[in-house]
Amino acid sequence: MTLAIDKDPSLASEDQPKQSKKIGIPKEVAPGERRVAATPATVKKLQKLGFDVLVENEAGVDADFSNEVYQAAGCEIVNTATELWARADVVLKVQPPQDHPNGQHEADMLGVDKSLISFIWPAQNPDLVDRLSNRHATVLAMDAIPRISRAQKMDALSSMANIAGYRAVIEAANQFGRFFTGQITAAGKVPPAKVLVIGAGVAGLAAIGAAKSLGAVVRAFDTRPVVKEQVESLGGEFLELTFEEDGTGTGGYAKTMSPEFIAAEMELFAEQAKEVDIIITTALIPGKRAPLLITKETAELMKPGSVIVDMAAEQGGNCAVTRPGEVYSHRGVTIVGITDFPSRMASQASQLYGTNLYHLLSDMGGSEDFKVDFEDEAVRGALITHAGEVTWPAPKKDPPPAPPAPAAKPAAPETPLVAVETKASSPGIVRLIGFIALACGIVAIGLSAPPSFLSHFTVFILACFVGWQVIWNVSPSLHTPLMSVTNAISGIIIIGGLLQLQGNSGGNWSATMALGVIAILVGTINIAGGFLVTQRMLKMFRK
Amino acid sequence: MTENLVTVAYIAAIVLFILSLGGLSNQETAKRGNFYGMAGMALAIGATAFGAGVTNYGALVAVIIPGVVIGAFLAARVEMTEMPELVAVLHSFVGLAAVLVGIGNYLQPESGLIGAEETIHMLEIYVGVFIGAVTFTGSVIAFCKLRALISSKPLTLPGRHFLNIGLLVGTVALGFVFMGAEGTAGLPALLGMCALAGLLGMHLVAAIGGADMPVVISMLNSYSGWAAAAAGFMLSNDLLIVTGALVGSSGAILSIIMCEAMNRSFISVILGGFGQGAASGASGSAAPGGEATSTTVEETVELLNTASSVIITPGYGMAVAQAQHAVADITKILRDRGVNVRFGIHPVAGRLPGHMNVLLAEANVPYDVVLEMDEINDDFSETDVVLVIGANDTVNPSALNDPTSPIAGMPVLEVWNAANVVVMKRSLSVGYAGVDNPLFYMDNAQMLFGDAKANVAAILAEMQKTAQTPAMAVAR
Repeated sequence: MTLAIDKDPSLASEDQPKQSKKIGIPKEVAPGERRVAATPATVKKLQKLGFDVLVENEAGVDADFSNEVYQAAGCEIVNTATELWARADVVLKVQPPQDHPNGQHEADMLGVDKSLISFIWPAQNPDLVDRLSNRHATVLAMDAIPRISRAQKMDALSSMANIAGYRAVIEAANQFGRFFTGQITAAGKVPPAKVLVIGAGVAGLAAIGAAKSLGAVVRAFDTRPVVKEQVESLGGEFLELTFEEDGTGTGGYAKTMSPEFIAAEMELFAEQAKEVDIIITTALIPGKRAPLLITKETAELMKPGSVIVDMAAEQGGNCAVTRPGEVYSHRGVTIVGITDFPSRMASQASQLYGTNLYHLLSDMGGSEDFKVDFEDEAVRGALITHAGEVTWPAPKKDPPPAPPAPAAKPAAPETPLVAVETKASSPGIVRLIGFIALACGIVAIGLSAPPSFLSHFTVFILACFVGWQVIWNVSPSLHTPLMSVTNAISGIIIIGGLLQLQGNSGGNWSATMALGVIAILVGTINIAGGFLVTQRMLKMFRK
Repeated sequence: MTENLVTVAYIAAIVLFILSLGGLSNQETAKRGNFYGMAGMALAIGATAFGAGVTNYGALVAVIIPGVVIGAFLAARVEMTEMPELVAVLHSFVGLAAVLVGIGNYLQPESGLIGAEETIHMLEIYVGVFIGAVTFTGSVIAFCKLRALISSKPLTLPGRHFLNIGLLVGTVALGFVFMGAEGTAGLPALLGMCALAGLLGMHLVAAIGGADMPVVISMLNSYSGWAAAAAGFMLSNDLLIVTGALVGSSGAILSIIMCEAMNRSFISVILGGFGQGAASGASGSAAPGGEATSTTVEETVELLNTASSVIITPGYGMAVAQAQHAVADITKILRDRGVNVRFGIHPVAGRLPGHMNVLLAEANVPYDVVLEMDEINDDFSETDVVLVIGANDTVNPSALNDPTSPIAGMPVLEVWNAANVVVMKRSLSVGYAGVDNPLFYMDNAQMLFGDAKANVAAILAEMQKTAQTPAMAVAR
C-alpha cells in the first residue's frame, strides 16, 4: 500500500474508495513574504497521508519552487486564489489571513466548515479570530502549538527561530567589515570577531552555532542557568552573573526578572559592549513587549563598525535604538532591525514549515481519519476556532506530574540490585576479610605442604599472574577467538591421559588405560577443533 | 628422550602458549598467535609421547587420528552463529577429560607417595575431579540452552541456594570418606562425588538465563583451565599447571569484563535467576509514557540515503535472525557512497564474548569499523542514523537515568543521542532484563517491526534499487 503511494500518487488516489481530502496551498499575499506552506518534498509526504494537493499558480516561486516542480510532484496547479480557497478542504498558509489584492479578505474566501492551518497570533488579532469563527471554520494556529516534547516535530516557532538565528548571523556578517575568523596572513594578523548572543533559546542557540562555525569567539547570556550546557556544547562561552535568580519560565521562555537582577544584567552588557564586535539579541517574553536590554548608552559604548542585530525588533526590540524593519547606522554602530529573517531564507523555511504542517496533519489522522481530537494536547493547544466557537486559549491542563522522587518508589527488597549495593557498601571489610583468609591459607600451606607441592604451587601462582597480564591486552573484538584458543590449549590435559598409557605394551588393558584413552580422544577433538576453528575465524577478520 | 629434554620441550611449549595468547592482543598478530599455540601443543604432545613411559603407541595413534578428524570436521562445519555451542561442547570435553584423568590416576596403583605428600595427592585428585565434573555437566547444560534444546529461561527451584549448599556439603563429606580409604577403596566415594558435582554443575547453569550466557561461558572456560591445572598438580606436571593457570585466568578475566558490562557482581550472576527477580522489581517503576512511532522499510532507506554517518548496533537478535550478511551488504553500499558507517558493539551483545565481532567478520565487515562501546559512545551525538538490530537492554537509557531500574548503572550504548534511531524489533516487548525500554518512545526513535532478516533484506533490496539509479534517488 505505502509502496504504491510512494511510486505513483495519482494511481494511489484512484485506489482509494473514499474521496480524498484536498489541501490548498495559496500564494502568500503579505508584502515581503516569500515562504510557501508546502514544498514539492512535503507535498509527497502529504500525499502519503492520502491528501490531494492543490497549489495556486506561482505560489512557491519566491521560494524557488516553480509550478513545474509541483506538477512533477503530482500537484494540481489552480489559477486563481478564489478557486483554490473554494475547492480546498484544508488550506495551509504561512501568514495569518489578510486582505487579498483581489479585494476580498482571505478569511472570507475560506469555505464554510473548511479548515485552515497557518500562523494566526490570536492574542494580537482578536478581530481575525472572530471573523474566522463566524465562518464556522476549523482553524489551527501554528504559533499556538504547545511546547511539549511530543509536539516538537510540529513546532513551527522553533523551526522558524532556528532559521532566524542562523540568518541573523549572516546579516550581521553582511554588515560587519571584518572577518569572523581570526587569521594570520602575510599582510598581518587578523583577530577573530567577538559575538555576544543574548538569550539562548532556539534562535540564540542557532546563532551561537552559526557564529561559531564562521570562526568567531562566541559568548552567550541567558537568565536560565539550565541552558549553560547547551551553549557550551555549541562552543559558546556562557556568561554568568554572580547573582542567585533562576529565570526559567514555562514553555521554553524566560520570565521577567527582578529589578536588581536586571540592573546587574545591564551592567554586564555595558561591560561586554565595549569589548565585543557583534551583539545579537533574541530575548522575548510571551505576550509582553520584548525586554529592553541594550540601552542607547550601551549601544553607543560599542566600537565604530560594530553591529547589533535585534531579533526582537517586531516585539518592540531589545535595543533602545532599534527601528523595526530597518538597517541603519547609529553613531557608527550598525543596528539591524530586520523582522523577516525566515522569509529571507524562503526555500529552507518553507521546507521546515511544510514538514511541521505534515506532522500536525499526520497527528490529526491524515486524509481518511481527519478529525479534531480535543484530547490531543498538541491539537487542542493549537485550535483557535471550531464549529463556530472560539476555542482559544485552550483550558490549562495540569502540568505533567514531576518525575516522582526515587525515594517515593517502593524499593523491591529482593532485587539483585539491592544485594549488589549492600555488598558495595562495605568493600573495605570484604577486602580485609579476603586478605586475612588469603594470609591464613598461605600460612597453612607453608606449615603443612611438602616441598614438592610448594614448587608446583610457585609455578601455578606465577602462571596465574602471567595469564592475568597477558589476557588484559587481548582486544575485545577477539574474545571469541581467545575462548576457542584457550579451549584448544586446555586440551593439554591429554598429557595426563598419555602418561597413563605407560607400561603395558602387550595389550594388557587396565581400567586406567581405558580411561586414559577416552581422555585422549576427547582432548584431541578439543585441540584440533579449537585451533582450527580459531584459524578459520581469524582468517575472516580483515580490514 | 631423556627426562631433561622433555622438561626443556615443556618450557618451550609454555613460552609458545604465552606468546599465543599475547598474539591475540590485536588482529594483525592474532594468526601468528594461533600458530604459536599449535606449535606449542605439537611440541608438548610430541615430547610426552616420545618421552619415558609411553609405550602403547598403537592405542595412541588409534585415538589421536579419529580425534583430530572429528575436531577438524567440527571446526570446518560449524556456523559462526553456533560458536557459543561449539565452545560449550569443547568445554565439556575438557571437563570430561579432567574427570577421566583424575579417576584413572587414582586407579593407578604405584603412586609411591607417603605421608603428607600422599594426602596432598589424594586431595589434588579429588579437587581435580570435582572441578572437571562441574565443568562437564555445566557445559552440557549450557550447550542445551544455547541450542534451545531446553528453555533458556533461568530455572528457579524453590530453595535453590540450599540445594547448592547441600551438594557442596555432600561433596566435602564424601571427601572425608575418600581421604580415609586405603588403596583404591575410595573409588565409590570418588564416583559419588562425581555425581554430586555433576548435579551441582547442571543446577548452577540451569539457574542462569540466556542473556547471561557470556558470563557462563567465560566462567566455564575458566573452570576448564582450573581443571587442567588441578590435573597438573596431581600428575606433578608443570606444563599442565601453567597452561591451566593461563586458561583459568583468561576465563576469569572474561567473566569480569562481562560482569562489568552488565554492572552486576559475579556472585549475583552465578546465583542466577536474574530475569525473574528483575521482572518483579520492574513492575513497580512507571512504564514510559508516550507512543512509539513505527516506520517502514522505505522511510528507513530514505533516512539512510540522506545520512552521512551511520552507526549500527547489533544484538543477539541479529545472530538469531542470521541477518549479518545482509547488514554487511548494506554497510558496503553505504561505504561505497562515502557514508561513514560504523558498528557499536556492547561487550555482552550475543551469547559469547566477542560473538558479534566474529559474525560481522564472517560477513566481511572490515574490523576497523567495528568499534567497542567505549570507543563509539561519544560519537552518537554526531551521527545521523543509528540502526539498532535485535538489541534491547544494551541500548536502554533507563540504565543511566533511572536509578530504580534493575539495570541501573549498566554501561549502555547511548544511541538516543543520535539524530535518528531506527529500532528493528519484533514487538515492543521487554528484553532479557524484563525492563521496558524508554528509547522506543523517544521522539527521535522509530520502530521497524518484524523479522530482522526480512527487514534488513528489504532495506538492502531497496537500496540496491536506488544505488543503480543515484539520480533518481536525488529526485525523489
